[in-house]
Amino acid sequence: MLSIDRSIVDAIVAHARRDHPDEACGVVAGPAGSDLPTRHIPMENAARSMTFYEFDSMEQLRVWREMDDRDEEPVVIYHSHTATEAYPSRTDISFAGEPNAHYLLVSTREPDTEEIRSFRIVDGVVTEEPVRILDAGVDPHAVQSYMFGQSPATVDYECSGR
Amino acid sequence: MAIEVRIPTILRSYTGGAKVVEGTGDTLGDLLTDLDARHAGLKARLVTDAGALHRFVNVYVNDEDVRFLGALDAKLNDGDSVTILPAVAGGAFGFAAAAAIAQHGAAAAAARGASVAAR
Repeated sequence: MLSIDRSIVDAIVAHARRDHPDEACGVVAGPAGSDLPTRHIPMENAARSMTFYEFDSMEQLRVWREMDDRDEEPVVIYHSHTATEAYPSRTDISFAGEPNAHYLLVSTREPDTEEIRSFRIVDGVVTEEPVRILDAGVDPHAVQSYMFGQSPATVDYECSGR
Repeated sequence: MAIEVRIPTILRSYTGGAKVVEGTGDTLGDLLTDLDARHAGLKARLVTDAGALHRFVNVYVNDEDVRFLGALDAKLNDGDSVTILPAVAGGAFGFAAAAAIAQHGAAAAAARGASVAAR
């Protein structure tokens, strides 16, 4: 399961919308070992393509070094698909090189709703996982879960029992 | 001649979990051969059967991407620092198309390298 703050998801979606119809990509760093994404880093898509994304190698070196210096790791690596579903392509699977990362995909093919899904990709094996969106600003115990790619229009609310 | 090599998480199974290892070599290719003697299998994850640097990794000498320094022929000096990172790429397109784009990128990088060398 990926737990991620709503403000970060909103920023990722805004980035994907801004770059649409090109694919957008980036990282959310977090303290090493915490599995908690805290620092959103939008990256440039060096491919500037509607069907392909690629981090600029020099920007990546800078960002990865900075994470190392801050004792962080890439907790989330995200990109958008702009005309297809939010599911890893064969290309995504071939390249996936961070075994500890959550690979978050956002589809912007619908103008009004985004499909947001998260995957682990290890040794070429894709495993989908639920996304739990934390509403820190409202109530730390309230969560909204996007289970397996439901669009935000159809989510169920989970209550904290209070 | 000792060169420090930073290993990404995904390749640390070859280095007993070590983040940093040391090796020697006059070129990146020599260095990887030297490392492979102690960390068997590492080189095959970085170099294709055809003897080219793998598309799925970025290798840097100090602050430069080796694709602009001659790739496996990049010259190394004592005290250099080599960093290996997984390339982050993908997208909706099929792999054949991505490979074509990658080749185009490599050709563009080679052309840039040639123009740098010509200066």
